[in-house]
Amino acid sequence: MRMFKLLLVFVLALPLSAFAQGKLNVVSTTEDLGSLAREIGGDKVSVTALAKGYQDPHFVDPKPSFILAVSRADVLIVVGRELEIGWLPPLLTSSRNGKIQQAGKGYLDASTNVRILEIPTGQITRAMGDVHPLGNPHYWLEPGNGRRIAQSIRDKFSELSPGNASYFAQRYTDFDTRLAAGEKRWDAAMAPYKGTKIVTYHRSWPNFMERFGLDVMGYVEPKPGIPPSPSHTIELIDEMKRQGAKLIVVEPYFDLKTPQAIATQVGGKVLVLAPSVGGSKEATDYIQLFDYDVNQLVAALKQVTGK
Amino acid sequence: MRTTRFACAALLAATLVAAPRDAVAQAADQAQIQQQIDQLRREFNDRLTALEAQLAALQGGQPAPAPSAAQAPPPAQTTVDVPAGAAGAGGPSGPLPVYGNVAAGSKIFNPDMAVIGDFLGASGRNRVDPQPALEMHESEASFQAIVDPYARADFFVSFGEEGVELEEGVLTLTSLPGGFLTKVGKMRAAFGKVNALHNHVLPWTDRPLVTRNLVGGEDGIDDAGISVARLLPAGPLFLEATGEIYRGDASESLFRSSKRGDLAYVAHLRGYHDITESTNIDLGTSYSYGHNPAGIVNDVDLGRFTTNLFGVDATLRWRPLTRAIYHQFVGRSEVIWSNREQFDGRQRSMGYYVSGDYQFARRWWLGGRFDHSERAEDASLLDRGGSAVLTYWPSEFSQVRGQYRHTRYADGPDANELLFQFQFSIGAHGAHPF
Repeated sequence: MRMFKLLLVFVLALPLSAFAQGKLNVVSTTEDLGSLAREIGGDKVSVTALAKGYQDPHFVDPKPSFILAVSRADVLIVVGRELEIGWLPPLLTSSRNGKIQQAGKGYLDASTNVRILEIPTGQITRAMGDVHPLGNPHYWLEPGNGRRIAQSIRDKFSELSPGNASYFAQRYTDFDTRLAAGEKRWDAAMAPYKGTKIVTYHRSWPNFMERFGLDVMGYVEPKPGIPPSPSHTIELIDEMKRQGAKLIVVEPYFDLKTPQAIATQVGGKVLVLAPSVGGSKEATDYIQLFDYDVNQLVAALKQVTGK
Repeated sequence: MRTTRFACAALLAATLVAAPRDAVAQAADQAQIQQQIDQLRREFNDRLTALEAQLAALQGGQPAPAPSAAQAPPPAQTTVDVPAGAAGAGGPSGPLPVYGNVAAGSKIFNPDMAVIGDFLGASGRNRVDPQPALEMHESEASFQAIVDPYARADFFVSFGEEGVELEEGVLTLTSLPGGFLTKVGKMRAAFGKVNALHNHVLPWTDRPLVTRNLVGGEDGIDDAGISVARLLPAGPLFLEATGEIYRGDASESLFRSSKRGDLAYVAHLRGYHDITESTNIDLGTSYSYGHNPAGIVNDVDLGRFTTNLFGVDATLRWRPLTRAIYHQFVGRSEVIWSNREQFDGRQRSMGYYVSGDYQFARRWWLGGRFDHSERAEDASLLDRGGSAVLTYWPSEFSQVRGQYRHTRYADGPDANELLFQFQFSIGAHGAHPF
């Protein structure tokens, strides 16, 4: 009987101790969202990011180890716009976690109040490649959108953990100040290169390039998600020569062979940039990501434009 | 462009001719002319840049501006707003088109639909298990959606050469307390690996011999039932236990139920671990029990015979994250033991396959499979085979596959065949198999 009572106390205490700890268990699909969640949540949250910053976020394996992480989550932050359509739905189904299902309180689609580019108009078909019908999902690569995502995260955290609302608000203000300082720094560094024509591998950079005034005149992929073809590569080389574009920006998860061949032909340069936090060793958080990318870009642009 | 140039030249000429009048105003005039030239040049450059940008946009493969249908002024009352509460979360926003039905806002709730075509061809000789030379083997239609806050439903209807079959029709309860993931409906049982996979996600054009001999052929254990799966606490290890109850009718030869109590059971234990971020191992053991059709004479189950199946499976995957779209390897094996009661006594048969598939370029896969299996009805008959497979992926939504297959049948001449397959998918983007 005594044993039974002890056991009962122990069992009752279990959920209590979990509450007492009070940390929100946050899972994000990418490291960028994870970094923003850390900025806002501080030591009141513990964050797990599923996809690594150096992997193609369209092609992530829905590993059972991710099911474990998602099953324990209080909050799930997703990029949305169908970026994770190939791997998130099975994780949600197998998570056995009602909180983070699409209509659940703990589900946060980070794309709901940001600026989305390239929303297709008119008829779309897969003849256009792997188009995203809800717009370009690489929207986090723009500090203004980063700020808006941070606001969504602050509001979601405050809703789920009202006692810490002022803490989250204060962390947001701090992040906002640092981000604004960063924006000044990055805008100033990029200012001399406004209007420079460049090429990117995939359409990962429309928000970034629009913000910093670079003109993406072509893509190494003939269509989104379709690997480079010889005829398209030749056309691209001619066009780059005609327009004087010299820089090719590539994501770390693409093969460098074709971009390098193009660069040799046009006398230009291939630059691997980090499309996400963790995409390079130096890009350790959201602000560092822009510091790294802008520094790399400025160095490369200096080289190819001579400015 | 040409007219702009002419206009510029004419303007320039006119200003130049009209400019110098008297010596005093000459300096001022020169400055003014310079200014005008500069302005013209600027305008000209701006226009040129704009045109170049348009040209680049068109040549860069961007979706062309909406076709004429979208440009035509829409007739009145053709849009409806996204229903309240359904906005955001990946769904469409803004007005939705209405196609002749005023209440069509509900179309937003239509399930995700897709059709996957599987076309097979065979050449060479096979007298034991012949396939047609050309065959639209299967057209699988899928309808998938979330039912309500507690469940989702998935239907897979397979249109084959012999008719229509419901391959799966499942309700999945996603938010039951206690972490029980429950499925109700007709489904592919969680026995081993291959049994649960649909044809279009297999790395081959066929199924292994052991499936054909011991686990009910292409259909496998695919029956009406209830499945409950729970995660077991094991620290960083993923450990999942599944228990399933079926009516007891699986394919022609495996299980046959002749009364309500003749249910079939499946149990599965799966362990998964990430060895590194790019390498992982997936292990499973499975058990299944049911009444077999061996004792049925003139629709009466005289023998009351049963079959016990026991299986183990192992999968090793390697996929380097920074080159995930170019290279990966999947090695897999399943061993299955069958214990089948019959009039002539108990048959204890065993079979296995070992396979390896390597993606060596973005669009290319090379694979091989070794087959070895006794037959469930007669363990003294042993079939063996080997296959080499080459797969080409034009895109995520289609693939072409060739397979050379050599089979040494226990009761017939050896078969040497060249099989090929076209697979193509339209509609909603399905999840990638794992």
